[in-house]
Amino acid sequence: MATMHTKTASSSTWRWLPCIAAALIFAGAARAQTQTKPKNTCLDCHSILTDNLGVTEEKFNQDIHAQKGLTCASCHGGDASADDPEISMGKRAGFKGKISRAKIPELCGSCHSDPAVMRKYNPSLRTDQLSQYHTSVHGKKLAAGDTKVAVCIDCHSVHDIRPPSDPHSTVYPVNIPNTCARCHADQERMKEYKIPTTQFADYNKSVHHEALTVRGDLSAPNCTTCHGNHGATPPGASSVANVCSTCHVFQAQLFDGSPHKQAFDSAGLPGCVTCHSNHAIVHPTDGLIGTTDKAVCVTCHTEGDPGFVAAGKISGQLAELAAAIDSADQILSKAERSGMEVSQAKLDLVQARDTLTKARVSIHSVSLERLQQDTKPGLAAAAKNYEAGKEALRERNYRRFGLGLSLIAIAIVLLGLRLYLKQIESGEQPGTA
Amino acid sequence: MSVFVKVHDWLDARFGWNELLAPLRKKTVPLHRLSYWYFLGGITLFLFVIQVLTGILLLLYYRPGANEAFESVQHIMTRVKFGWLIRSIHSWSANLMVFTAFAHMFSVAFLKAYRKPRELTWVSGMVLLFLVLGFGFSGYLLPWNTLAFFATKVGTEITGQVPVIGRPLMIFLRGGEEVTGATLTRFFGFHVAVLPGLATMLIGLHILLVQRFGISVPPKVEAEWKSKPAAVREMKFFPNFALRELMAWYTALGVLGALAAIFPWDLGVKADPFVSAPAGIKPEWYFLFMFQTLKLIPSKVLFIDGEVLGVLAFGVAGAVWLLLPFIDNERGKKWVNTLAVLALTYIVGMTIYGHYAH
Repeated sequence: MATMHTKTASSSTWRWLPCIAAALIFAGAARAQTQTKPKNTCLDCHSILTDNLGVTEEKFNQDIHAQKGLTCASCHGGDASADDPEISMGKRAGFKGKISRAKIPELCGSCHSDPAVMRKYNPSLRTDQLSQYHTSVHGKKLAAGDTKVAVCIDCHSVHDIRPPSDPHSTVYPVNIPNTCARCHADQERMKEYKIPTTQFADYNKSVHHEALTVRGDLSAPNCTTCHGNHGATPPGASSVANVCSTCHVFQAQLFDGSPHKQAFDSAGLPGCVTCHSNHAIVHPTDGLIGTTDKAVCVTCHTEGDPGFVAAGKISGQLAELAAAIDSADQILSKAERSGMEVSQAKLDLVQARDTLTKARVSIHSVSLERLQQDTKPGLAAAAKNYEAGKEALRERNYRRFGLGLSLIAIAIVLLGLRLYLKQIESGEQPGTA
Repeated sequence: MSVFVKVHDWLDARFGWNELLAPLRKKTVPLHRLSYWYFLGGITLFLFVIQVLTGILLLLYYRPGANEAFESVQHIMTRVKFGWLIRSIHSWSANLMVFTAFAHMFSVAFLKAYRKPRELTWVSGMVLLFLVLGFGFSGYLLPWNTLAFFATKVGTEITGQVPVIGRPLMIFLRGGEEVTGATLTRFFGFHVAVLPGLATMLIGLHILLVQRFGISVPPKVEAEWKSKPAAVREMKFFPNFALRELMAWYTALGVLGALAAIFPWDLGVKADPFVSAPAGIKPEWYFLFMFQTLKLIPSKVLFIDGEVLGVLAFGVAGAVWLLLPFIDNERGKKWVNTLAVLALTYIVGMTIYGHYAH
């Protein structure tokens, strides 16, 4: 019985052996296929070159193209699998050598504009970069023969191109201003194009830069947000408002419905930047509105004209609400420091602050009526909370008065008890008290 | 005949009032240079009574539950007439009671009042002190504010470090794996039902034992009196000592009122279990010495987890302290006084260090 059982088991193993061997061979082959990188003999020499022709293996391995299995030959032609340079860089292998700057956009576009190719590597990536580039100032100048303008590798780097989501990428949102500034902050390079080079320095002072770098808000505007990336071009006076309105929707709507819209259009003034500047957009303060020297309104409006009067009133309205909130906050803080429970009133004051924020948006309509309508609930909330603060301080004083009376009463009782004890103990025997 | 005399006679005719009060009339309190320490127990009892009274008043408006507790305390502080006073007195009185209970315990330890036949008076007092700490720990969570929430989280986590029973105990205290509304309901139950019941019974026993054995005289004074019997001085309990105790209570009431009116107890911000713990979270001051010690112990001491070792060390120290009367015999051991001084210095020092440490 035991022998029979052994025999059965043994024959069963022999029957499965070819299948197991085939599976092992297939698995090994599949593994070898996934692990083998395409041969790239170019790096054998170029990794030890130190001049412009040098590309280290470490650098190239960082490149998204290398990671996706492309080799030097994918762009430069030739046969990256051949060990003999005569063959690998031979004409028969289609070696192109160094790609001239003028041809770089078309070379990159040969893959990046082809949805069928891109689908193999990154189906979600857009394929309109080249067509957009053709519409950009860079692209137009390149087409006109100026090879000093930016081409793909100037922004995306070369031989170590990383995806924009990589924080080390030159086109990672935080790094974009520096990438653009490499050319646009270079006076020597920009001289022949007669464009200023202060944009980067100005942007670094701006509220947008602060949001991007200090707060780490990657959705905050950088150069490409307003100018476009592949289709980079300066927005014309008429389209500035459209650029800003992509984020500042309400301000743009109010401006479009305001008397300023027509006046700015006829004077050829760009919408938002006339008051807020372009690259150096600092955090706006209430002082920007009004009739003082620091107010932007006096740039166009002079004393006596209706706009000047309206600017003064609008400024006054904002100042009134801000002062009312400030007073309420001060009195509530004073009450809070005295130990009074005013958290509800402080929470309610947030409503007044929201109204002030709304009013600061409303001023883009330059309508005093609208502003009064918007500030009214805020003024009411601030007044109510100021009263709550006053009431809390009255209550504090009442408590302290009550405490004073209670302490006097306690002191009187203590004195009475002491006197009573003295009286009853004065007649007692020594030894007991 | 005045109304009081009439009532007195009526009660005496039915219950033998005079006979009941006779021991009190005969009762005396030793009078010497350290007699003022005798007031601490009475002050602690007075503060407990204040706790019970203000606690009952707070119960009229307090609603246990993660969605209502904070709002109900806020309502008490802002809308209920004198609610702020009741809540502030309750909170201040709780802290003062912990302080006077500790002071009472150390005074008894230093005056060696725990010696035979008062061993059980000491043990019942120690258990009462643990109950007072339990009151503090459970009551601290009830307003459901951020500090209380995270302090409870840390406190129950430390409980979880106790070997074998730690984790089941932590889950029992929390009513689950985390500090939630279930923990609040549970702590409310402990705070207003379980602990007051136990405390009332133990206070009764403690007072009964004090009455049975009388007030202890410190060994040094006792020796002086033995050598010089003419120097023995006593004070009648009623009315002399009782009126002095009443004066101490009145003073405590004045201090409580002043603290409540000038520094009303803060309510803080409502607890949000989904936000991270604020930096530098600390427990109430009376747990600070233990908390700071656990923070200072390295994560591993030999093969034992640092926190487990700390918890075990405090457990052993607490047990030794609880059994002090059985360790320190009648002849008296000098090292007990040294131990008490060291314990007091350690607790005060670590509390101050914990308060200022980041």
